[in-house]
Amino acid sequence: MSERRIVFRAVRIVDPASGRDETTDVAIEAQRITAVGPDAMTAGASVVDADGLVLGPGLVDMHTHLREPGFEHKETVETGTRAAAAGGFTAVAPMANTDPVADNAAVIHEVRDLAATAGLCDVFPVGAITRGLAGEEMAELGEMVEAGVRLFSDDGRCVPDARVLRNALTYAKAFEDVVLAEHCEDAALAESGQMHEGLHSYSLGLAGQPREAEEVIVARDLAIARLTGGRLHLCHLSSAGSIEMVRRAKAEGLRVTAEVTPHHLVFSDEDLITYDTNFKVNPPLRSPEDREALRTAVVDGTIDAVATDHAPHAVEEKEAEFDRSPPGTIGLETALAAILTHLVEPGRISLSRAVEAMSVRPARILGAAEHGGPLEPGRPANLVVFDPSAEWTVEAPFVSRSRNSAFLGSKLRGRVLYTMLRGDLVVADGKPQR
Amino acid sequence: MGGTKARLLDGAEIRRSVTRIAHEILERNKGAGEVALVGIANRGDDLARRLAAEIERIEGEQVPVGALDITFYRDDIGMRAEAPEVHETRIGFDINGRTVVLVDDVLFTGRTIRAAMDALVDFGRPTAIQLAVLVDRGHRELPIRPDYVGKNVPTRKDEDVRVMLAELDGEDAVILEERGAAPRSPAGKAAKGDER
Amino acid sequence: MNRHLLSIHDVSAVDIVRILDTAESFREVGTRVIKKVPALRGRTIVNLFYENSTRTRISFELAAKRLSADVINFTTSGTSVSKGESLKDTALTLQAMGADAIVIRHSSSGAPFTLTKWVKGSVLNAGDGTHEHPTQALLDMYTMRERLGKIEGLRVAIVGDVLHSRVARSLSFGLVKMGAEVTLVGPPTLIPPEAPSWGVQVSYDIDGVLPKLDVCYMLRVQRERQRQQYFPSVREYSRLFGLTNARVGMLPEGSLIMHPGPMNRGVEIDSDVADLPQSVIEEQVTNGIAVRMSLLYLLLGGTGVEEASADV
Repeated sequence: MSERRIVFRAVRIVDPASGRDETTDVAIEAQRITAVGPDAMTAGASVVDADGLVLGPGLVDMHTHLREPGFEHKETVETGTRAAAAGGFTAVAPMANTDPVADNAAVIHEVRDLAATAGLCDVFPVGAITRGLAGEEMAELGEMVEAGVRLFSDDGRCVPDARVLRNALTYAKAFEDVVLAEHCEDAALAESGQMHEGLHSYSLGLAGQPREAEEVIVARDLAIARLTGGRLHLCHLSSAGSIEMVRRAKAEGLRVTAEVTPHHLVFSDEDLITYDTNFKVNPPLRSPEDREALRTAVVDGTIDAVATDHAPHAVEEKEAEFDRSPPGTIGLETALAAILTHLVEPGRISLSRAVEAMSVRPARILGAAEHGGPLEPGRPANLVVFDPSAEWTVEAPFVSRSRNSAFLGSKLRGRVLYTMLRGDLVVADGKPQR
Repeated sequence: MGGTKARLLDGAEIRRSVTRIAHEILERNKGAGEVALVGIANRGDDLARRLAAEIERIEGEQVPVGALDITFYRDDIGMRAEAPEVHETRIGFDINGRTVVLVDDVLFTGRTIRAAMDALVDFGRPTAIQLAVLVDRGHRELPIRPDYVGKNVPTRKDEDVRVMLAELDGEDAVILEERGAAPRSPAGKAAKGDER
Repeated sequence: MNRHLLSIHDVSAVDIVRILDTAESFREVGTRVIKKVPALRGRTIVNLFYENSTRTRISFELAAKRLSADVINFTTSGTSVSKGESLKDTALTLQAMGADAIVIRHSSSGAPFTLTKWVKGSVLNAGDGTHEHPTQALLDMYTMRERLGKIEGLRVAIVGDVLHSRVARSLSFGLVKMGAEVTLVGPPTLIPPEAPSWGVQVSYDIDGVLPKLDVCYMLRVQRERQRQQYFPSVREYSRLFGLTNARVGMLPEGSLIMHPGPMNRGVEIDSDVADLPQSVIEEQVTNGIAVRMSLLYLLLGGTGVEEASADV
């Protein structure tokens, strides 16, 4: 496999890391890119006619749930990384809310080993900030840094105690490039909320969670970031108010980054009118005004990265009454197409900006040096090649073990054809190869 | 509205039929004593009242008159797009021991009368049930026969017989039409909401 | 009319008039010696009650039986429902039994919607979580129309825990649809801030509202809400928002006092008030059977293949 030579002929290469956006040829040999330019030929290479296709650095998802260890009925590292590859990802960061929790090096190693065995996608496991995600005591961040972790998060909940967060942010400054990511949700305000609190939650008779449940924690965390000078990342933002605060914090010079999910960029609380549990997510889908603020934030860079928060749940869990169903939607296989269809095609952002948000920026935040480009000779060949105009309808079965997708039934444009991990075609002709 | 093909009865002829039927009822039942009239909604209702008025004019006696809606007893519920429209039922007297004369405007397949008899026996046990109709147009599908008939009119199945009464339609007439015209039983006097 | 009745929004103003008019005829059936008509003979109607509610269930059961339908009761105690069988599996079982209609009461908002995905028959919402209770709203409107002659232009106050009340939602939406003037009254913590967008007024002052009412509709207030701190004490709630003996005198002559039941005598409504002649609480129950018969008849009496009247 590693001796394979491939040339993508006449492909539009979009590589924000080098500023390149042009139609040319790309040659790969062994694990590396060997040439980028017209007639980049390698003897004995398979030639893929890539006219009309786009080639970019492999996508990087800095917020995903692979569910293993502990919840293998929803997803495993193998099925999840296969779904990631199908969606054009060459690297994902699985969150720590597994069972056991990834709050020590042993679980980190296990997840990484499972991924290496499957060989479908690189994983950068996220470590817990607090032991057992209990929010009381710091986990052994240093041990996990030694095991290669760069991103820490108690995702699923925020760190409830401000002092614990302060200490963790300060302590983390001892390590290079370590970032703490917060799931901003005040448990008391969000209490039993099933969806966004507003006009629709009242009409549907579902308990609501106001946007203030997110905003009060965003405000708190930014203040603590200011106090400590630590590096903070805010997960899956959902409200216009949160965006405003991040914008101001960045202008002030705080070391904060932020992400948003594709489903928050596409859907809103209006979509819950049929009680479809695939739209039950946390944070909830908010109003169309919030969605518009999130889109604008992607345009102006207040949002650094698009991350899927891929959250698989078993069929019987999602086919239950709305209030008994766990929140979450899968997203690895639809992320790129969703961004292309709803942001790039209508002209809100350029293709280059989309690739930047889905590959370059998350790779940098994660410290995934081999991913995100630049796509230059000698660099590892972690690539995605897609057809931006291919239309398809999102249907089960998915490559993921689960099928709780908010995009079920949606028509999207943009189809991944090739995903290459260090020169190895994990996905070819749109299908996973193993 | 489908084409009108013929005027079978005009106002005067209807009045004469009603008078004759009233006489026949009295003759057959030897007076008004045990008789009660029950009109099948809608137009049977008005006809029953006219008959009662005639009987009072002839005999000087008042017979009880009721209205019976048979919708809930129909044999075709659940077969059409909408549930059949319901009209008013008003039987304010005891039918036990009486001779009940069911009154309807048109006798056709006989299914309406079958339903009416089923409805009636849920109200009690009449001594006898008789049937008076203004028009008998043939094409019986059940073994039902009228005791009193205004006019026998042989028809084709693709034709409709429409009875118009002044109380509901502004004039008295019986019309023969092409099928596929206005709905067979337009909204009744009890203002039962939307017409379907 | 739709195949299902999941929400009051499933029926237009025209449909509502039809439902109420048809209920008239069924009320007449209730006065006969034989209170039964063969209209839905051979149909199977299932009462799927995940929440205990003897009164509503019996109302539906009587309605179905008086239409000559066969009735199956699936209630929480003693059936597989209590053993943790999923809604989906229960639905598929009922489907396999050939249920023509399923009347469902459930503690989860939206459960009737979810049920329609798995069954072919008609689904009637008999109350889902804090979402809606459309048949209650319809029988309440029937009672109002019957006593006051109309619904349009009536001034109705709905008083109490609107936030958690599915009856309040269905009734507000239904009354507004029919042209009544609705005012929601209660402490701010129990009235959704978004309520004005439903076409209703909001007031926190019951004394200001009572003198100008045709109908005073009281909602049950659970003591649980005090534990959840929506108001400081039951005593204060009753003092500020309860329909007390003293307050009743403020209602205009001829106005109605209504309550969906069950009542918390002494909390939202004083015991004596509930027994006054202008309180039509018992009539609501009687009318419930006729209205439910009307609904079952209209939903199952047609194939539903064509589309019905346009929405208002």
